[in-house]
Amino acid sequence: MRLFVIYLIGVVFGVGIAISGMANPAKVLNFFDVAGTWDPSLIFVMGGAVVTTFIGYKLVFGRTSPVFGGDFLLPINRSFDLPLIGGSALFGIGWGIAGFCPGGALPALGTGRWEVFAFTGALLVGVVLAKSLQTIRSRAGHGAI
Amino acid sequence: METEFTPWISLLGGVLIGLASTLLMLSVGRIMGATGILAGLVFPASKRDFAWRAAIVAGMVTGPLVVWLLSGEMPAVQVPVSTTMLLIGGLIVGFGVTFGGGCTSGHGVCGMARLSPRSIVATATFMLFTFATVFIVRHLLGM
Repeated sequence: MRLFVIYLIGVVFGVGIAISGMANPAKVLNFFDVAGTWDPSLIFVMGGAVVTTFIGYKLVFGRTSPVFGGDFLLPINRSFDLPLIGGSALFGIGWGIAGFCPGGALPALGTGRWEVFAFTGALLVGVVLAKSLQTIRSRAGHGAI
Repeated sequence: METEFTPWISLLGGVLIGLASTLLMLSVGRIMGATGILAGLVFPASKRDFAWRAAIVAGMVTGPLVVWLLSGEMPAVQVPVSTTMLLIGGLIVGFGVTFGGGCTSGHGVCGMARLSPRSIVATATFMLFTFATVFIVRHLLGM
């Protein structure tokens, strides 16, 4: 039951991404191409998603715990550090080159297009490399960079 | 490559993304962040932890098929960049989101909705760099 509900939530997310245009690199890149073939649609995606989540979270956090038990797991890190800024800058560069972000690419896999699998494969390699680097550095006593 | 301005369907898509983010917090108390979900799938903390991540990704992948069933058309995926750029971009995105601790869904939607200062800074940073990168790639390099 729990897993089936989570699966359905994934479907809602996937449908949202698919109809919004976030799974379409041409549309995503055009949003960022203000000096060229600009398509402002994505501001409506972000606006709709952030406002809905803002209201939704307000209602959800009125509860003491999630429906299926456990606790609300929220990030506790409050610092502005190099990984946050540098990592986000790198993400922006990669997103501008490829046109896919992780949340856009995962649902797009369902279209069966090979380009999405190519991007997602490279994405996974990047995640594994970065995680390994983080592990090595923390073992070496540098802390997470 | 021109794309059509689609404010209403994009807004509806955004509302559904927000609805899914809300429902995931309501049901299991987790942030709807593609980066975190993916990372936990590659390096699972436990069987139970792996299971919910696999379930939600399976649901995401089903999304376009549901759109296809309802509308008769598969959602458009137009790729205006070369395979090399897809692979290099993917690698950089994977690196960046892991160190940055999130992407468009985790920082951009869920973090912004919680008014998290870290997420607001992260979102402003990656948006700025994406604008700059697209400008450089398209208008300075002419690719």
